[in-house]
Amino acid sequence: MRAESERGWSSVPVNTPAIHRRALFAGAAATLVAPGIWSTPLPAAAQGTGGTVIDITRARTEPIPIAVPDMAGAGPDAQRMGQNIARVIVNNLRSSGLFRPIERAAFIQTPEAAAQAPRFQDWRVLGAVALTTGRVELSGDRLRVEFRLWDILPEQQALGTAYNATASNWRQIAHIISDDIYKRLLGEDGYFNTRVAYVSESGPRDRRTRRLAIMDQDGENHRFLTDGQFQALTPRFHPNATQIAFMSYLRNEPRVYLFNLQTGRQEVLGNFGGMTLSPRFSPDGRSVILSAIRGGDASIFVVDLASRRERQLTNAAGLDVSPCFSPDGQQIVFNSDRGGDQQLYVMDANGGGVRRISFGNGRYATPVWSPRGDLIAFTRIGRGQFAIGVMRPDGSGERILSEGWAMESPTFAPNGRVLMFYRETPARDARGAGFSARISSIDIAGFNERQVVTPNDATDPSWSPLLS
Amino acid sequence: MSTAKTLLSLMAATGLLVACSNTEQAAVTAGAGAGGAGQIRPGSQEDLVANVGDRVFFDTDRSTIRADQRTVLDRQAAWMQQNAAVQVTVEGHADERGTREYNLALGQRRANSARDVLVAGGVAPARIQTISYGKDRPEALGSNEDAWAQNRRAVTVVR
Repeated sequence: MRAESERGWSSVPVNTPAIHRRALFAGAAATLVAPGIWSTPLPAAAQGTGGTVIDITRARTEPIPIAVPDMAGAGPDAQRMGQNIARVIVNNLRSSGLFRPIERAAFIQTPEAAAQAPRFQDWRVLGAVALTTGRVELSGDRLRVEFRLWDILPEQQALGTAYNATASNWRQIAHIISDDIYKRLLGEDGYFNTRVAYVSESGPRDRRTRRLAIMDQDGENHRFLTDGQFQALTPRFHPNATQIAFMSYLRNEPRVYLFNLQTGRQEVLGNFGGMTLSPRFSPDGRSVILSAIRGGDASIFVVDLASRRERQLTNAAGLDVSPCFSPDGQQIVFNSDRGGDQQLYVMDANGGGVRRISFGNGRYATPVWSPRGDLIAFTRIGRGQFAIGVMRPDGSGERILSEGWAMESPTFAPNGRVLMFYRETPARDARGAGFSARISSIDIAGFNERQVVTPNDATDPSWSPLLS
Repeated sequence: MSTAKTLLSLMAATGLLVACSNTEQAAVTAGAGAGGAGQIRPGSQEDLVANVGDRVFFDTDRSTIRADQRTVLDRQAAWMQQNAAVQVTVEGHADERGTREYNLALGQRRANSARDVLVAGGVAPARIQTISYGKDRPEALGSNEDAWAQNRRAVTVVR
């Protein structure tokens, strides 16, 4: 989906007048990077595109100092849009914990002048390693954003891209640019142009309204998907982000449903004659794995979406829930109390070769496989505390990232670098006063935990794939 | 059903029902409250709550019927045979000290355990439905052992 090579860079002097740039690149092919957003390459400043790539494979690094001035624009509307785009980018980079955007009050060169030609010494004295510049053109509802990323020490352009879209897509352009910066400076895909589906909760705890909701990863563009007439739980994104699998109490029959995000259509999945729960799509998007109650036990089934045929994968006594495929689709991790209490198990995709992987102190639940394949995130319950942690798929290398009174339901960003989960605070009294549930994000190295702003209490986050 | 529930939560809220892991106590207390409202129709939820007991409680992470809870279900089975037209839903619940998905399955297993005792007591299976709400519909709203003990429950509700 990402066409990095087509968005590349070529070697043209930096201060080529804008009109020449356009002329030079009039024939450049535009690339569709997201629905309604086209990009074309902009000329680069100097030879080569080597420059800075910061290694973040270590557990934790100093955040990269970066200057993100407002984008320039002709006229107040374009200037305002240029400010807004820059602020979304700043917020994204700062929230990752891996960048340190420099305070705009310290800037020496004006955005307009920097967009013409950066005066590198003005940015170097601020300690910036990288600088972004940009220009916004608005005509009617058409938006064009020229964006450049500069390596300050070698004084080179590292990226240059022009985006064309309708003006209402400006946030998504800001997220795509943020991902461009992240990838260029950190050497791996970003996660800013993504959405999060979750359960919005309101009302007293014994009579809660639970609605599916969806928002950008930064909490903006918030929208409810269901009206609260029935309880909705555990939304999970399809790998192409066009639909969500979730659990619905429609007609008081708790079942797994599919929700089509394009049409709004909801349909029950499968006919198990009892409760179905904990759905997740396979990595190829062709099937859903879930748990169904049959007899006294909960067993894991996989349902082929084209034929709707179901296949039972587990058949042990006990509750098998929360299955999740490995990103290559070859294995499944799940939660089972077959051994007496809740632990994590891995099996082959056909149900064979079951082995327990969790052996630490406590009960383990809600396993999710990292999109990178290298880690499984989980909830651990023990000694009166809940914790979110990660371990390798063979169970080794367990690390706790966050711990508290109650937290669960981790979900990985598409690059595997960040988790969201939800955290609860306990009730202070018998009326339930003080209870709350909120979504947090945290780096998988265990730092930079941040609360995601939502209008109501929020649980069961599901992070979408990259949308560009 | 809604009256009994409101009463119970009201009493829980006012502290009348603080550590109610004892069903008899719940039934008696609720009965006293419902009695003030007038006659109780036989076979109604009020009847079940006041004269039989509508719920059983479970140990943490367990869904086996405790010995001290079994008599409530035996009485429910006898009551359902007396009131042959009554159909019920057994609602299974869990406390808040677990994960949502596991607790949904656990609540279902608790509801099934209670149903199995009713069926063994002679109630036709077709008269009993089950549903699980996991940890998502607590009866007691506090965050402490007493509240959790009240919330690990299977409640029989007249349809």
